[in-house]
Amino acid sequence: MNKDVKVIKVKNLCKKFGDFTANNNLSFEVSKGEIFGFLGANGAGKTTAIKILCGLSYPTSGEISVAGFDVYKQREQLKRNIGYMSQKFSLYEDLTVFENIRFYGGIYGLSKEVIHRKADDLLKKLDLQHARNKRISSLPLGWKQKLAFSVAIFHNPEIVFLDEPTGGVDPVTRRQFWDLIYEAARGGITIFVTTHYMDEAEYCDRVSIMVDGKIEALDTPAKLKEDFNAGDMDQVFLALARTATNVE
Amino acid sequence: MRVLKYLLQKEFLQIFRNKSMLPIIFVMPILQLCVLSFAATYDMKNTNLYIVDKDLSSHSRELISKFNGSPFFTVKEIGFSVEEAEKEIYKDKIDAILVFNDDFGKSVDLKKGASVQVLINAINASSAGLYNAYISSVIQDYNRKVSASIREVGTGVPVHFVQSSYLHQFNPEMKYIPYMLPGLLVLLVTVIGLFLSAMNVVREKEIGTIEQINVTPIRKSQFLLAKLIPFLIIGFFELGIGLSIAAFLFKIPFLGSVWLVYLVAFVYLIAILGFGLLISTQTNTQQQAMFIAWFFMVIFLLMSGLFTPVESMPEWGQTLNILNPIAYFIKVIRMILLKGSGFFDIVDEIAILTLFAVSVVSIAVNRYRKVA
Repeated sequence: MNKDVKVIKVKNLCKKFGDFTANNNLSFEVSKGEIFGFLGANGAGKTTAIKILCGLSYPTSGEISVAGFDVYKQREQLKRNIGYMSQKFSLYEDLTVFENIRFYGGIYGLSKEVIHRKADDLLKKLDLQHARNKRISSLPLGWKQKLAFSVAIFHNPEIVFLDEPTGGVDPVTRRQFWDLIYEAARGGITIFVTTHYMDEAEYCDRVSIMVDGKIEALDTPAKLKEDFNAGDMDQVFLALARTATNVE
Repeated sequence: MRVLKYLLQKEFLQIFRNKSMLPIIFVMPILQLCVLSFAATYDMKNTNLYIVDKDLSSHSRELISKFNGSPFFTVKEIGFSVEEAEKEIYKDKIDAILVFNDDFGKSVDLKKGASVQVLINAINASSAGLYNAYISSVIQDYNRKVSASIREVGTGVPVHFVQSSYLHQFNPEMKYIPYMLPGLLVLLVTVIGLFLSAMNVVREKEIGTIEQINVTPIRKSQFLLAKLIPFLIIGFFELGIGLSIAAFLFKIPFLGSVWLVYLVAFVYLIAILGFGLLISTQTNTQQQAMFIAWFFMVIFLLMSGLFTPVESMPEWGQTLNILNPIAYFIKVIRMILLKGSGFFDIVDEIAILTLFAVSVVSIAVNRYRKVA
């Protein structure tokens, strides 16, 4: 992690849908190579914020730059430099593992040789060589998620946004998934991740906790536990989330 | 361009992997074309007649035998009561009733001018018109014979009658299939093109992959072009199958250039596919897209002149048709195939379709939002 280089700068981000304020005056910065946990109950406004940072949605107001690009004016350059893995499953189920890799590599402008070489390395690393020509629909969920993450960082983005990447998989697979995240972070990719699992929050360098569209706490997991006089992140989260009114 | 290549590769893979789509794309059109061409016919082959012969003279029998001998009529029953005959019309067993009153034969003999009453089931006005015309022509024919025999007998007064002869140009035998089939072909490429494109983008929305596309630097125009091109190729392919069926199975004479048909189809399909993609970008579920596509399809189609002549529509309908792409293509494909019209005969229609294509695709690209 390089604390001097801030790859995400958010100042006074607001997003309103009619009368409803989904994001209320968010301000934070994320350093290069950091694993930044973005926590909050359902309906707290996490996905809204992540979509704004990815250029999928316009903010109502605020100054936001991602990877050095302004979210209002430089969306296309911004998109070239980020990866995104959504809650909804993002690989094409009717294409094979390799076809998905080739497709996403291709649309980011990687050459054919690079795609083939990196695809081979990737499948070897994930131990999925045997599944190279299998359709995504035939793979177990855990494999799909590891693959979706690897595809999201296939073009070497500066930042990767992960919106609840580990929903519905077993603890062993989640642990393996986090190994991939650590590896990517060591390689200099900044990780911006939302999750419901508080054990995952412990793996983050820093954690922000959103309640009713506001960031109520932002620090390292150790510091938060200390501040809230809590034994684990679960207790920190519950202490904050109980105050929420927007919960689904 | 390289990005487009990868997008196209993906679209083609997906189309050819979709097990339920393939039969729709390749088998359905052939079946429809063959079935519709034979079944949806306006040719009158079989009119069921009920004859009420109260006269029972040699003259009435002679006229009846003329109907019997015609391939267009089946004399179902000969009776004596109009009421009985009408009952059969109510049951829909009979299309028309011919009534000979008991003075028919006598009137012919006395050269007084005899009359036959014709009652037609006119629920379907256009077929009623046809029955009337066919029946009249049989009676005319009989008339002529009677007049001629009167002259032969020689009353001193020559009977003059004008015989008009018709030549139906470009479709001399007034056959139905050469007229309908080009129109049905348009219908098929339109249905396939509009529905495939309307369902496509929205499908990615439903599955969620559209978000992944939207966070990439793919341009909106690239994305939509990659959706449009495969369907354009499929449309061309279907048109090819259809034209082959028309030429080899139905032996329709192609007076004009097939290349010209393809040129028009190119512009036309871009307009239709662009419209489908516009629907797709504006809807959130495949169901919505389907209903909207269907709504426009029905209106465009019924006003297109495929089944009913555009010229007999009310003024406002014809004015509305200025916006109906299907009407232009049906008109033009008939002109090219049946009349042999050339490029300069249809240049106006091509220009209008081009205008449609350009504007609808621009609107679709513009309305497709990568950012919510």
